[in-house]
Amino acid sequence: MAEALLTLSGVNTHIGHYHILQGVDFAVPRGELTMLLGRNGAGKTTTLRTIMGLWRASAGSIRFESGEIARAPTPDIANLGIAYVPESMGIFAGLTVRENLLLAARSGPPEEKRLDWIFRFFAPMKKFWDLPAGLLSGGQKQMLSISRAIVEPRKLVLVDEPTKGLAPAIINNLIEAFAELKKTDTTILMVEQNFHAARSLGDSVVVMDAGRIVHGGRMADLAADEALQNRLLGLSLEAHQ
Amino acid sequence: MKPRVDWIPPALLLAIALAALAMIGNPSTWVTLTVAGLAMGLLIFIMSSGLTLVFGLMDVMNFAHGLFIAVGAYVAVSVMKLFSASAGSESFLVNLGALLPAMLAAVVVAALLGLAFERIIIKPVYGQHLKQILITTGGMIVAEQLIHVLWGPDLLPLARPSTLRGSFLVGDMAIEKFRLSAVVIGLVVFAAMVLVLNRTKIGLLIRAGVENKEMVEAMGYRIRRLFVAVFVAGSALAGLGGALWGMYQESVTVHIGAQMMVLIFIVIIIGGLGSVGGCFAGAILVGLVANYVGYLSPKIALGSNILLMVMVLLWRPQGLYPVSKQ
Repeated sequence: MAEALLTLSGVNTHIGHYHILQGVDFAVPRGELTMLLGRNGAGKTTTLRTIMGLWRASAGSIRFESGEIARAPTPDIANLGIAYVPESMGIFAGLTVRENLLLAARSGPPEEKRLDWIFRFFAPMKKFWDLPAGLLSGGQKQMLSISRAIVEPRKLVLVDEPTKGLAPAIINNLIEAFAELKKTDTTILMVEQNFHAARSLGDSVVVMDAGRIVHGGRMADLAADEALQNRLLGLSLEAHQ
Repeated sequence: MKPRVDWIPPALLLAIALAALAMIGNPSTWVTLTVAGLAMGLLIFIMSSGLTLVFGLMDVMNFAHGLFIAVGAYVAVSVMKLFSASAGSESFLVNLGALLPAMLAAVVVAALLGLAFERIIIKPVYGQHLKQILITTGGMIVAEQLIHVLWGPDLLPLARPSTLRGSFLVGDMAIEKFRLSAVVIGLVVFAAMVLVLNRTKIGLLIRAGVENKEMVEAMGYRIRRLFVAVFVAGSALAGLGGALWGMYQESVTVHIGAQMMVLIFIVIIIGGLGSVGGCFAGAILVGLVANYVGYLSPKIALGSNILLMVMVLLWRPQGLYPVSKQ
């Protein structure tokens, strides 16, 4: 397994009176796509938000490369080269596609070459370049949200349920896009409930339950073991797609 | 594909103006009232545009925004007094020698005060609406007393420069020079804001932050710094608006800001909280309705703006140009 780019050790997160993450430990290998799986309410989204500093870890350590980021402000975490695609997509509806991408490109206007690369698998972004993002369809908004995250090379991309509520054709489109992104050696941590997507893309997998990590290993091993799927996730991934 | 523009609010403004023309009957009276309404509306826009962004960006309820209006007006009084010889000249260029320093001083003092206010009063109460209301209301009361100490409790005259007094006569229509100037200044401020918000990266960040500040931070931008800049700019605009409003009324009292706050809140609510375009349309709507109703039915003039707000919110509960929030 490759060396860890991101390491969480004993991470606890409280939201109000609720103790959501209860000692989360796992590592995200550099250059791989790690799937974060688990039932609804297991703490997957909280984990991504805690890594981004959007919710503060009450205890534990989050190390990115060699530095501690558990107590760093969100903008500082983002500027280390971490991009975030939230479950809500977080697009700026009143801004055009172009303006959304312009803001996401921190080091100046997006490079033509990079944009052409993005347009290759997200063609609607080119077509609706000057359209307010709020007028895009659900799938197109997801494409924009992902495009923003990868408009510049990033070290780590956190993606929360990118296929949720999307049509199968668009899901296939997203799978192709992430497969392309993997070729660039970008490290990805993805929360996903769609087995087809999870199995197609995942190199390694981490399973959460009730705010803790209950399994870690290779995605291929989990995909091949239906009994393990039933034990960890309460149902077969094959039946869940 | 081209973005869709919502033309209904501008069409509504036009319909109200034409309906008023039919009810007033006399075109010259209508022109006078319309210019007065536009001037009033644009001055309210200058004063309220910063507040709508402050609310939209950080959900901060600043009930002391009127303080910057009052300070701008009082600073203008002092500077105009200092340059009274220039203000009294019959040359417009010489008048500018008084007007520009007065406006500039109002802007600078209000901006500095805004910076101090944000750091000392607002910063400790981010995300706490009740405390924001209490502390900003308290801050407003304290500031009004300080104005009493500095400038005294009496009403102070704020004369317009000589060349901006009186009216242009076009046929039998009289158009007040100062009101026309206020319209021009208001349009310039609006155009500048539109330019900054749409053509600059900081403008894009402000628009994005009004929609989803968390995502702006997750992209690596420090929203707090942006908010301080917007707060200071909003305070500066309120100062400019206060100086112009004082000249519009030709007098200044300590309550000039507090009195405007009712209209300002109406404008930012019917415009859509956080929306500069909505604030512009709302301000013009309020200005025109106040003047038309004041002429046609003075008895209901006082409540006309509240009635207008109720009607707009029944039609569009999120305001004329709502900002999509996440």
